Amino acid sequence: MGPMLDRLKKGEVLVADGAMGTLLLDKGLQPGECPEALSISKPDILKDIARSYLEADADIIQTNTFGGSPMKLKEYGLEDKTEEVNQRAASLVREVVGDRASVSGSCGPSGALLKPYGDTEPEVLYSGFERQIGALVEGTVDLVCVETMTDLREAVLAVEAAKAVSAGTPVMATMTFDETARGFYTIMGVSVAEAAAGLQEAGADIIGSNCGNGIENMVRIAHEFMKVSSLPVIIQSNAGKPEMKCGRLRYPESPALFAEKAREMMAAGVSIIGGCCGTTAEHIRAIREVVDSRQVR
Amino acid sequence: MEVLEQISSLIQQGDNEKVLELTSKAINKNISPKDVLDEGLVSGMNAVGERFKNHEIFLPEVLMAARAFYAGMDQLKPLLIRGDLPDLGKIVIGTVQGDLHDIGKNLVGIMLRGAGFEVIDLGKDIPAQKFVETAKHEQAEIIGMSALLTTTQPAMKTVIELLREQGLNARIRTIVGGAPVSEEYAREIGADAYAYDAASAVERVKQLMEVE
Repeated sequence: MGPMLDRLKKGEVLVADGAMGTLLLDKGLQPGECPEALSISKPDILKDIARSYLEADADIIQTNTFGGSPMKLKEYGLEDKTEEVNQRAASLVREVVGDRASVSGSCGPSGALLKPYGDTEPEVLYSGFERQIGALVEGTVDLVCVETMTDLREAVLAVEAAKAVSAGTPVMATMTFDETARGFYTIMGVSVAEAAAGLQEAGADIIGSNCGNGIENMVRIAHEFMKVSSLPVIIQSNAGKPEMKCGRLRYPESPALFAEKAREMMAAGVSIIGGCCGTTAEHIRAIREVVDSRQVR
Repeated sequence: MEVLEQISSLIQQGDNEKVLELTSKAINKNISPKDVLDEGLVSGMNAVGERFKNHEIFLPEVLMAARAFYAGMDQLKPLLIRGDLPDLGKIVIGTVQGDLHDIGKNLVGIMLRGAGFEVIDLGKDIPAQKFVETAKHEQAEIIGMSALLTTTQPAMKTVIELLREQGLNARIRTIVGGAPVSEEYAREIGADAYAYDAASAVERVKQLMEVE
């Protein structure tokens, strides 16, 4: 296997895993319940999810810590569980995958808005991310994934915190863009070019986009990243906008569509392809098959 | 009047200190509070709403503009007589029970206030009863609900059912929005309208009010 960054440098394309939140819902997460707390109360669910992505042959498997920052956990009164939630989530995935896949520590947005447009000081976010990522590293993650960011300043703070905690741990950083008449921008007004430059300067090792509004747009975002990035690019698309069918929520985009689009992303030069909300082990398996058909592992 | 144009443009720049200063200046010049409101503050927020809709500006600029708008409003409010206040209608908004995301909902509140509606923002994690009770008590025409999670969006349906049970669904209309919510979902749960974003929320609310 070898260290991940070396494999990417050699031109290998890696497969990342798919959704976490959507699967937790299927497995009984209740409205208003803190998803990250399940790592402590129902660890078997998290092990099952990690196992399903390992069986789909993903190279990178993520922890259940998207909302694991103290800022987010505070909303559930669980701020003082930050260390336990993150460390436990990381070690659960490690137990399942051993050294057969890389464990990626998920680090999502704080939910707070920075000054001057919000009321939060940058130091608060920085130290919060430091706390979360410190616990993830202690739980033996191989890399940190700062994801679903819309404010470049917040993303930069998280990347810098990760590098301060553990300079040797690779950091992936992804942002979420919407289509506008003037191109792709985050809700906070960050373009792909600005994201790429800012994340690289902050010290990220891999940059790209996740979530979004379906994989068609993600392919276009991938092309934009390839134009401006000198770093390896990661794309983790959701499976389209969820629809209500017969009282159940379903995501419209199929594993077959993901396979087709994975081919286009490989052709564009994307280094890591995975999924986000609404994707399942079948989507990841479909991406794997495409990747394997184009390169020898 | 020059000072009102300046206020409008300073709101668009998000300069709350200067808006505060010029609002007092306008008041001291004996410009009617109603004109300061309409041609200064509201005109500025309307322009902000339009530019946000066209993606010329984004969330940070809107939040800064809203801060400036409220700075001016605080000065003006004690001077406005009842009839001066914009009264396009009253709307109760909030994020549904179990959901703690409020950035989108806050943005909708800003845009609606900027457009001249009276907005009662209940906050986040709001139980169905509270939506209905507040709308009844305040005699609001519309309840606006936000959800960012697929797990919490069913709570929108609970509010609509509660309105039906109490026979209020013709008098109090509902509008829903949020990342996982769609036009089809809104229809399925019986909401009167769906808005994709904050700018279209204003348009849909205007349509709903006219229907009444």
